[in-house]
Amino acid sequence: IVGQGPLNQVAVDEIEAALLQADVGVEATDYIIHSLQQKLKEKALPPDEAITYLKKILRDMLDKPLKESGSFSLERGNLNIWLITGVNGAGKTTTIGKLARLAQKSGYNCLIGAADTFRAAAVEQVKIWGERSGVEVVANPSKNVDPASVVFDAINAAKSRGIELLLVDTAGRLQNKKNLMDELSKVRRTISKKAPDAKVESLLVLDATLGQNGLRQAEVFSQAAKLSGVVLTKLDGTARGGVALAVVQQLSLPIRFIGAGEGIDDLRPFSSYEFVEALLGG
Amino acid sequence: MFDSIAERLEGAWKKLRGQDEISPSNIRDALRDVRRALLEADVNLQVVKEFIAEVEPKAQGTKVISGISPDQQFIKIVYDELVAVMGETNVPLIEVDTAPTIILMAGLQGTGKTTATAKLALHLHKLNRSCLMVATDVYRPAAINQLTTLGNQIGVPVFDMGSDANPVDIARLGVEKAKVEGINTVIIDTAGRLQIDADMMGELSRIKETVKPHETLLVVDAMTGQEAASLTHVFNKQVGISGAILSKLDGDSRGGAALSVRRVSGTPIKFVGIGEKVEALQPFYPERMASRILGM
Ligand SMILES: Nc1nc2c(ncn2[C@@H]2O[C@H](COP(=O)(O)OP(=O)(O)OP(=O)(O)O)[C@@H](O)[C@H]2O)c(=O)[nH]1
Ligand SMILES: Nc1nc2c(ncn2[C@@H]2O[C@H](COP(=O)(O)OP(=O)(O)OP(=O)(O)O)[C@@H](O)[C@H]2O)c(=O)[nH]1
Ligand SMILES: [K+]
Ligand SMILES: [Mg+2]
Ligand SMILES: [Mg+2]
Repeated sequence: IVGQGPLNQVAVDEIEAALLQADVGVEATDYIIHSLQQKLKEKALPPDEAITYLKKILRDMLDKPLKESGSFSLERGNLNIWLITGVNGAGKTTTIGKLARLAQKSGYNCLIGAADTFRAAAVEQVKIWGERSGVEVVANPSKNVDPASVVFDAINAAKSRGIELLLVDTAGRLQNKKNLMDELSKVRRTISKKAPDAKVESLLVLDATLGQNGLRQAEVFSQAAKLSGVVLTKLDGTARGGVALAVVQQLSLPIRFIGAGEGIDDLRPFSSYEFVEALLGG
Repeated sequence: MFDSIAERLEGAWKKLRGQDEISPSNIRDALRDVRRALLEADVNLQVVKEFIAEVEPKAQGTKVISGISPDQQFIKIVYDELVAVMGETNVPLIEVDTAPTIILMAGLQGTGKTTATAKLALHLHKLNRSCLMVATDVYRPAAINQLTTLGNQIGVPVFDMGSDANPVDIARLGVEKAKVEGINTVIIDTAGRLQIDADMMGELSRIKETVKPHETLLVVDAMTGQEAASLTHVFNKQVGISGAILSKLDGDSRGGAALSVRRVSGTPIKFVGIGEKVEALQPFYPERMASRILGM
């Protein structure tokens, strides 16, 4: 995978290994190294500045959709709905707990809709997060409830209580399960129909330990749930979450938050600087 | 999007076509494409390097059998090697003479340990082996509730001491209860943990030292990327594993993690998880896995 340019084979090999080991993927790695070679050639830069430029290329990739997607904030006094989606075990429910805490701390009137009606004890789990963050949870205790109906109820409750942020937890689903993805689309449509004036964010939770399947997840969830952004979890481990680079680039989705622990305060706004330093750091 | 691996490999095989011997020069391109395919399947980079280094001499100098094209022979060599590395088919769970057999579950957060605990219990239940599941995850909200709900679904009892007890004590008393009640197999569910979390890894080691399990199974998500090698290495070194379960294989990941886990731990992958439901457990078939990784 040697690009044509000022970097020698040793340098290319090193950068390539670093990117591949961070799960950036072969194709995105090729693209990045090619871009780096071009940049060094164009500007006649010395190869020993390669790392500085590499970091800049990566940061620019990550910041581009952030800039293009405009403001990301909660509209005070208005209903905001954040739909939290992703494959099984990615960290959706935990992220809901963390977001609820953040909203509560910032003085927003918040509510959680427990629309994972499938997994064993999913409702009990999100209720504990509700208690921890001091946020109420709308749930339907009967068995095999249509998640869209829980969302329907939650939106009603949100409207009648003057809620500013409604967080919707969904069941984990693998993107190749058509019926489950259809179910998610239905939830997304319910939100648009039932709350046409709400400001909606549809977020995909990606586990940093994921390999290249993350890109496939983003493609399919993007269709089904009209994604507007990504939350990258489990960055407190040694996995670097490099597949997020391909996700950001190919689907123009900004990363909004990162999860760095199992505690309620272990959520941070995304910073391309921190992400890139960690991606290439040792 | 990424080219399909099958297409890429086909390209590699084409380069070999029309030559009557697999030789160092014609093999280089093909190996490069195999490397790429394995990386796209999420096999760990180091594992890929070692694999390629082992395949190369096997492929070189192989005489072309008439009627079989070099590309077909080459893919067979790669495939066979993959199958060989991934090891034995269908290695069953240990059953000791003096019950109970003790199984300890381990792995990162959210990989599928609790689900796999219930799946194994149901599997053994069907083999007429009585089970007790032990709930030592006192950290994750509603983890105990999750296991008891699954236990009710499959009709297998769960031992728990609430979430204020110490996981080591819970494990020990769970095993004692199984002994007293003459239960065949105890399966101990544990909390998810990062391999770099010294306290949590220490806790797992203490559980293991205390109950001396006959099996310690590492549950790895089939969608895992490069990290599969490192997590397997650390869990195996610090706690010691006897096998692995590859979960979420019902997805469309290539599952290269299987190769990394097998290679790094040297222990068999005993089962695969193929769904959220408690029935969705299958033995591991290396041939299927090799085809999947190669996109065949
Ligand atoms: N280390 C670490 N663990 C996390 C993080 N976020 C979530 N987890 C853990 O990952 C596991 C799964 O988290 P959940 O929030 O239940 O994931 P989910 O996506 O809701 O799972 P399903 O609803 O079953 O699909 C739990 O053990 C969490 O504590 C994180 O940022 N870091
Ligand atoms: N599709 C699919 N989902 C699975 C499989 N195994 C587990 N899951 C799902 O993955 C998610 C996490 O499973 P758990 O069993 O809670 O994982 P865990 O390792 O116990 O999680 P922690 O205790 O939080 O570390 C749940 O949504 C499960 O339903 C599988 O083989 N296929
Ligand atoms: K990390
Ligand atoms: Mg959940
Ligand atoms: Mg669990």
